Amino acid sequence: MTRPVLEFEHIDKSFFGAKVLKDVSFAVRSGAIVGLVGENGAGKSTLMNILSGILTADAGWIKVNGIPFAPQRPDESALAGIALVHQELNLFPNLSAAENLFVADFPRQGSKWLSWIDRASLRTRASELLEQVNLDVDPGTLVEELSPGQKQLLEIAKALKGDLKIVAFDEPTTSLTQPETQQLFSIIRRLKERGVGVIYISHNLGDVMRLCDQVVVLRDGEIQAAGDKDSFTIPDVIQLMVGRELETLFPRRRNTPQDVPVLQVRHLSQPGIVHEVSFTLRRGEMLGISGLMGSGRTELARILFGLDSYERGEILVEGETVSAPSPRKCVDRGMAFLTEDRSLEGLMPSASIEENVALVGLEEFGSRFLGVLKRETLKDRVGEVVRELSVDCRRIDRQSVKTLSGGNQQKVVLGKWLLGGSRILLLDEPTRGVDVGARYEIYQKLVELADEGVSMIVISSDLEELVGLCDRILVMSRGEIRASVDRQDFDRKEMLQAAIGEERLT
Amino acid sequence: MRAARWNVSKLGLTYAPALLYIGVVGTFGILSPSFLSIENFLNIFVQCSAVAIVAIGMTFVLLTAGIDLSVGSIMFLCSAIAGVSVVRGDLPISLALLFMVIGGLFCGVVNGYFIARKGMAPFIVTLSMLFVARGSGLWITQTRAMNLPDTFRQLATTRVLGIPVPVLVLAIVLITAHLILTRTVFGRQLYAVGNNPVAAERAGIDVPMVLIAVYMISGTCASIGGMLTLAQLAAVSPNLGQGRELDVIAAAVLGGASLFGGRGTAFGAVLGAVLVETVRNGMNMVDANPYVYPVIIGLIIFAAVFLDSNRHRQLARLRKRKIRTEAS
Repeated sequence: MTRPVLEFEHIDKSFFGAKVLKDVSFAVRSGAIVGLVGENGAGKSTLMNILSGILTADAGWIKVNGIPFAPQRPDESALAGIALVHQELNLFPNLSAAENLFVADFPRQGSKWLSWIDRASLRTRASELLEQVNLDVDPGTLVEELSPGQKQLLEIAKALKGDLKIVAFDEPTTSLTQPETQQLFSIIRRLKERGVGVIYISHNLGDVMRLCDQVVVLRDGEIQAAGDKDSFTIPDVIQLMVGRELETLFPRRRNTPQDVPVLQVRHLSQPGIVHEVSFTLRRGEMLGISGLMGSGRTELARILFGLDSYERGEILVEGETVSAPSPRKCVDRGMAFLTEDRSLEGLMPSASIEENVALVGLEEFGSRFLGVLKRETLKDRVGEVVRELSVDCRRIDRQSVKTLSGGNQQKVVLGKWLLGGSRILLLDEPTRGVDVGARYEIYQKLVELADEGVSMIVISSDLEELVGLCDRILVMSRGEIRASVDRQDFDRKEMLQAAIGEERLT
Repeated sequence: MRAARWNVSKLGLTYAPALLYIGVVGTFGILSPSFLSIENFLNIFVQCSAVAIVAIGMTFVLLTAGIDLSVGSIMFLCSAIAGVSVVRGDLPISLALLFMVIGGLFCGVVNGYFIARKGMAPFIVTLSMLFVARGSGLWITQTRAMNLPDTFRQLATTRVLGIPVPVLVLAIVLITAHLILTRTVFGRQLYAVGNNPVAAERAGIDVPMVLIAVYMISGTCASIGGMLTLAQLAAVSPNLGQGRELDVIAAAVLGGASLFGGRGTAFGAVLGAVLVETVRNGMNMVDANPYVYPVIIGLIIFAAVFLDSNRHRQLARLRKRKIRTEAS
């Protein structure tokens, strides 16, 4: 048994009187990977912020190599050999990859009073780090030119600097494709061999079970269980996380899709983006689009919603050709686009839940003269939608959306479009960063809507999600549809093969 | 073939401001041959040196997504301090110049303190400073114009190796600022703070110190700008520097600085200031109606920013990753 490199002992933390961590104690051994799991709001991120010095604990202490450690600022924890790979990327797109790696501790030359950056050493040290994560880009490349997966690898490279003792990964795989995830796991295993203590936080329990040695389950700020991963099964862990048994993650459909086409796409092509894409979406159908990141799936959705242009092809909604689609035209025809990036494209973060939900349908609630809002009617309808989606909130007219968890934010986006009367939903990564409990509620709502005749296209990197949810799955690769698989024939391996295509992934 | 066309348009878009400048110079050169003389260009640089230096300081502030509205008033306050010390206090000029820099630094520290430590909006803090600094200047000069001795004027007319002192000062400030922005830890962290202050804080960058520093730099640059203006006028007039903050912001933005932070260079700021002055000088040379000057300058600022926003959209599109390579 190796000694613990990191110990949490009796950590307490409250925000405005609400306890978010209660008497949390566990240890991470050198060369061990500990999976930390729990629903959103269980206190995982708070604990990590305490470890990295962004927050301080109200009570309890942390020990590193047996020595008490109370970081007051992020650089103190970095100095102690603790690194945190955050859920959201903390990169500066206007700086180069090398500069991002060393932004807080550039190699310098010169004297104490007059110093400048040692650019040669910056370059060589950056190259070494990039090599460690197999990121094959020039250290001088601006980060804005990197792909999402490359950015995530860069963020990880940032953590590997110096004399690393402990590294915590907070949802590192949300923007990674399958092969990139495998690459990350091999990096983590290498760290383990070096004797680094690893904390791995993820909603993907399959990954946690594959990767970790121990599992710690957190619920409402308290540790529910901790132990070797072999003593848990995934259903056990889910039950511990949510405190109740989930019937099954994916609700059952009551109706089958009707044979009425609502969205027809014919020979859609845009040079360099998509090629000869044709498919038909039927009423009440849940159509999945699978494919790796960069396969053209998001780009296809953007074209369908009129955000990007296309050169050839035809799009028909309810049998009518849409010429030169624009988001406005698409919304008028009952289409909705729930983007991958909720905070950036889907929500007004500082506005209230009510204002967000009302946004798309606002025009319907204006009086005919001057468009004066009928506030009471609007309030009632918004309240109905919010209740129907069981958004977990205190006050819909006061509480700003940014205070909600990822799952609840996604429900607000969904509510916004439903109030607007959308009948065709384009969902891009609908449960990205959403915890298991809220995920189930979102699935349930989506299935209910499909049963009522709403049609949807679900784009997701999570094959399990598509397999569990959809009536049919299209597999995209390099801008083309490579396969169309009906529900009864779902075979994960085959779909992954089609997604990877003939090209081997780097 | 197609790739070549892309590269040409990418290059053209990247250097759009420089191309705009060459266009302006070419046009006036054809209209008036004397415009293209070296002497005239030195004159243009002397005329715009004050605005250019203050615009360099403003670029530091704009990089953090802040704004400094007080620079015009700081120019005046510092000039007033110099005027009072030389005329009434009979102090040597070197000491007066030192007081000017201290005055600019002090105003910058006050701005920076309230913005960085108290989290107040830069627009409001520096707007207050605009009034306070001008008011203080008027107070100590008792709103009277003050003529300075000729020795002061020599600062603007002396030449070293044929180059007027204001142009030399501008060159020194420009090179120093450029090196700070590109080669020092502070400079690179400044770009990080401007892009995303929350992430910068998390990365362990001392964000408040960076913010205080940029307002100090802006205040100091304003005091140096004040010196050059004062030397050219040889008098402290009550409206010295009035409205200059807008010229300065225009120059910085013309030079590619973004009001949203994270984007801008020292060379850009100088290019912006020189461009405006070149247009003014050129119109003077071709005897244009003076009332047309502001209209033309306004249109150029608009055109440059319009081009710039289009340019960024175009560049983003050109850089967009291609999913498939089309068979040709």
